[in-house]
Amino acid sequence: MSGRVLVGVKRVIDYAVKIRVKPDNTGVVTDGVKHSMNPFCEIAVEEAVKLKEKKLVKEVVAVSCGPQQSQETIRTALAMGADRGIHVEVSGKDYETLGPLQVSKIMAALAKKEDAQLIILGKQAIDDDCNQTGQMTAALLDWPQGTFASEVTLDGDKIKVVREIDGGLETIKINTPAVLTADLRLNTPRYATLPNIMKAKKKKIANVKAADLGVNLTSRLETVEDLVGKLKEAGKV
Amino acid sequence: MSALFKARKGEFLRTNRSLSQLAELPETHQLLRQTCRDFADRELAPIAAKLDKEHFYPAKQVKELGAMGVMAIEVPEELGGAGMDYLAYSLAMEEISRGCASTGVVVSVNNSLYIGPILKFGTEEQKKQWISPFTAGDKVGCFALSEPGNGSDAGAASTTAHQDGEEWVLNGTKAWITNCWDASATVVFATTDKKLKHKGISAFLIPMPHPGLSLGKKEDKLGIKASSTANIILEDCRIPLNNMLGPRGAGFKIAMQTLDSGRIGIASQALGIAQASLDCAADYAHKRTAFGAPIGKLQAIQFKLADMAVAIESARLLTWKASLLRDAKKAFTKEAAMAKLAASEAATFCSHQAIQILGGMGYVTDMPAERHYRDARITEIYEGTSEIQRLVIAGQILKEYQS
Repeated sequence: MSGRVLVGVKRVIDYAVKIRVKPDNTGVVTDGVKHSMNPFCEIAVEEAVKLKEKKLVKEVVAVSCGPQQSQETIRTALAMGADRGIHVEVSGKDYETLGPLQVSKIMAALAKKEDAQLIILGKQAIDDDCNQTGQMTAALLDWPQGTFASEVTLDGDKIKVVREIDGGLETIKINTPAVLTADLRLNTPRYATLPNIMKAKKKKIANVKAADLGVNLTSRLETVEDLVGKLKEAGKV
Repeated sequence: MSALFKARKGEFLRTNRSLSQLAELPETHQLLRQTCRDFADRELAPIAAKLDKEHFYPAKQVKELGAMGVMAIEVPEELGGAGMDYLAYSLAMEEISRGCASTGVVVSVNNSLYIGPILKFGTEEQKKQWISPFTAGDKVGCFALSEPGNGSDAGAASTTAHQDGEEWVLNGTKAWITNCWDASATVVFATTDKKLKHKGISAFLIPMPHPGLSLGKKEDKLGIKASSTANIILEDCRIPLNNMLGPRGAGFKIAMQTLDSGRIGIASQALGIAQASLDCAADYAHKRTAFGAPIGKLQAIQFKLADMAVAIESARLLTWKASLLRDAKKAFTKEAAMAKLAASEAATFCSHQAIQILGGMGYVTDMPAERHYRDARITEIYEGTSEIQRLVIAGQILKEYQS
């Protein structure tokens, strides 16, 4: 048992920012706009760090797929208590079309490479709201999944997960290794302490290319039409 | 990360201070600033109005700030602090004060005025006893220099300390002491040799509560209402001999040097208030319409916003420069005074203009503009009035030009 946890952290536009549509209607303005760690990823990091503090896991590795600036997101995870980071650099056209399928292939490859015991992700990202990466990663690895987790308890080599579902709460018990996705009420993420911010500087962030992990970043999705900014009239009910 | 640091691989930041760092902050400082801003946005700003209205000391938030290391930023880690520099302190102070100016002053007094002199002039034993318990946010300290009879005229202290056997006995009254109702210790300045005038003042450490030390009624202030301000009354207050801080007669020097650093803290607090006012006003300028368009389209409003932004940014750069000089262990008295002067006048200017931009809405408690106006006012007064700052700056300039 390596006792290693992989936590995925995504760099997204900050939740408090007012989103503005680009004048050419091809998407949303991201230049110069404040970005931060996806709130559900913060909750995932917090859970992983808590497990380490309880000595139930040995190492927390923060992973982010994205451009250079994703390193800031990894640093924030390190400042919260993660031990080291892995930055899978994806930029340009590849970054524009990066989606859950590619990310989950990357996470699966890293899980095997790092001999991870547990993967914790946020349930969804606040920019695309896909809610797919956790589930796809589990399927690719053929691992059990505890999604929408609002309570996680490690019990020997099993994990008890209380899941938030439409009808209320569902409790399941799954084997490890497993994939968990964090829901809102799982925990309250800590603020990085100043000493930890200082320590984060010394922690290592490894740079990895998707190709080195055997992952093809080409998207299977094709944008047929952009309706961004075109819907100007009020709808009718 | 900028190219600034690629050239000096491996060399630690502290030895590499340069003015170009004003263009982009080091990564750790950026992360620190963001963390404090998030804390202020989520934990302080939502309750600031309530804290102000109810004069409520934010004990819970101060404790959380302590856990983050913000209550003892410069204190080395071995003593329980964050082990960071004054630039970090200035950034943290600005962001905290942007959320709540009262919380900002609690942080500033603990860091600069209470811990500051002990860190600089205390013995190792005193540091362990008087600093370490005050880093976690559950205990805060205060600084007792001013008296009912003298504020700016700090050298005229009439609080006395005489030796009686193995104890110092202190008598007198201190006025306008920030944090005192919530503090667990104080640095007090008293005269041990009246004939030596300001060279006869010494500094002492007194725990609170303590026999012979009592507190006056809480002042009902215009602003920073969540922080307590009152008199400290000393009546035959007895403390052990080794509660003296620094050498006998060094009190005035300790106070002045402490205030030099404290000025950076207050300048940062003023920046936070000014920035909060600008944020409020600029947001309103987008939303409020008049004469058929958002008021932000009107030049009258635009000129105000521009003037506010220039005032803030120039004061901020002065504050950062003072911090960088202090961190580089260079003389920073003039720059700190300039920073405090510029920032406090920026705070009163910006908060005044913010109310003007908000119009009627600026005058009511529904919007934070009126609170910023009230909070800003004290920054031109405490830790050295604007008039005293001008004297300090002029003194330094005249020294430079002395032939």
